Amino acid sequence: MRRLTPYLLALPSWMWLAIFLVVPMAAMASVSLQTGNAIDGFAMTFSFSNYADAIGAYSPQLLRSLLYGGLATVAMLVIGYPVAYWIAFKAGHRKSVYLFLLLLPFFVSFVLRTISWNFLLSDNGILFGTLKDWGLLPADFHVLATTFAVVGGLTYNFLPFMILPIYVALERVDPRVVEAAQDLYATRAAAFRRVVLPLSLPGVFAGVLMTFVPATADPINAAILGGTSNTMIGNIIQTEYLTNLDYPTASALSFTLMAVLLVGIFVYARALGTENVLEAAAR
Amino acid sequence: MRGARFGDRLLHLYTWLVIVWLSSPIAVMILFGFNDKRSKSNTTWQGFTLRWYGELFDIPDLTVALRNTLVIALVSTVITVVIGTMLGLALGRHRFRGKGVTNFLVFAAISTPELVMGASLLSLFVSGNVPRDANTIIVSHVLFSLSFVVVTVRARVVTLDPSLEEAARDLGATAWGTFRQVTLPAIMPGVLAGAMLSFALSVDDYVVTSFVNGSTVTFPLWIVGAVKTGIPAQVNVMGTLIFGIGVLIAIANAVATRRRT
Repeated sequence: MRRLTPYLLALPSWMWLAIFLVVPMAAMASVSLQTGNAIDGFAMTFSFSNYADAIGAYSPQLLRSLLYGGLATVAMLVIGYPVAYWIAFKAGHRKSVYLFLLLLPFFVSFVLRTISWNFLLSDNGILFGTLKDWGLLPADFHVLATTFAVVGGLTYNFLPFMILPIYVALERVDPRVVEAAQDLYATRAAAFRRVVLPLSLPGVFAGVLMTFVPATADPINAAILGGTSNTMIGNIIQTEYLTNLDYPTASALSFTLMAVLLVGIFVYARALGTENVLEAAAR
Repeated sequence: MRGARFGDRLLHLYTWLVIVWLSSPIAVMILFGFNDKRSKSNTTWQGFTLRWYGELFDIPDLTVALRNTLVIALVSTVITVVIGTMLGLALGRHRFRGKGVTNFLVFAAISTPELVMGASLLSLFVSGNVPRDANTIIVSHVLFSLSFVVVTVRARVVTLDPSLEEAARDLGATAWGTFRQVTLPAIMPGVLAGAMLSFALSVDDYVVTSFVNGSTVTFPLWIVGAVKTGIPAQVNVMGTLIFGIGVLIAIANAVATRRRT
């Protein structure tokens, strides 16, 4: 009985993960190779051309998603690293207060936060409307429905996921190691560049993984802040699935997106010299 | 902070600027829940009122959506916490065949983009002719919350001294008695953290739900649907109340943890 215990404990979760994570992926792989339509039904025809057709039709949106996801990730890194650094080394006993303040947005739903930005940035809203009334901005000035709005929204929404892992890595750095570097005549800049920065790289790695993947695949920011000319691949997949009922195209696009993201992660892991992606991400 | 350098002060100020930036949409959301607006759109400040708090449940569809969200979050959290705690115990305490694969699946469930998860679940339901309703939403929410409960419980289990449980068994406790009186109280903080995370993830979810909802509408789905016609002030009020309750629970939890240690 005791030897069976772990299997009995794991069984319900195994079944859940098998039926609702593994099987659906297989179902999606199968659907992506079928042809047909929503009314007459779909039949398996092993039409790999679905992939070529889907990519051919939507490569601009796919590339745009990678670009926006990448830009937002870089922006988060640049904005977030100094914050993580200051909290880890200089916030003293108030560390947890600052972390709590950074996490405040998560108590408001993602959708509502994004809508709040739409409201703040609206062409004649409380911000720009007022500035236009004062004559400080030209009447046709707008931020909504631009690339900047979408990338800014993505940066805003995922920033804490970049700051937290970097903070965790920096928090583990022993201040005596930095002191030792300075005792050995390293300047502050050199001590940072050659001691602190390398020690924080696992955190940067985890932060990039935790933000790039969801930012690239996010349909909400483009839908609410992007207008009609900033459609991302997430919006296309949603529309193909839910409005056009073109399941094969949508499935092929979903797989393409996942494959592109996986390849991206591995290339990135190689570039950083990380042996085991899973291990680094789990830390 | 005596003798703080200029650079440190600058970084301190910068950190506050980032915090203000992160909080500004929340402040706007709360403020405009008190706006005495007369037109349909809620975009300019027209005076203070508590009217929307009184008329909170005057939009029937919105009320139904909010209730759906809370019921779905409650049910999916209960399921997730039970099966996730079991797996967390198995991974943290036992050696067994398939542990590597299990760890991989737990990681895969966390790292799969929500969009792909939603799309694949819909593929399954479409292929199997499963009607989409509140049940399919619950199933999906358990799936994306499960790994978070497993990870938080496992982290707690590995810090637990096994000799405590052995002592309880030596003193004649049954396996169930040992679990209920020794193991469960010890891992409770991890279980509670997992439960809160899972509830919050469920209440917040738009992407996965949008694929598997059928005709059932949740709070986030209702809001996105209302963007084009204008968001009623009641949404601001509901967002404000959810925010307030969440912050209170988090602070109470932090205080309780501090008292315990």
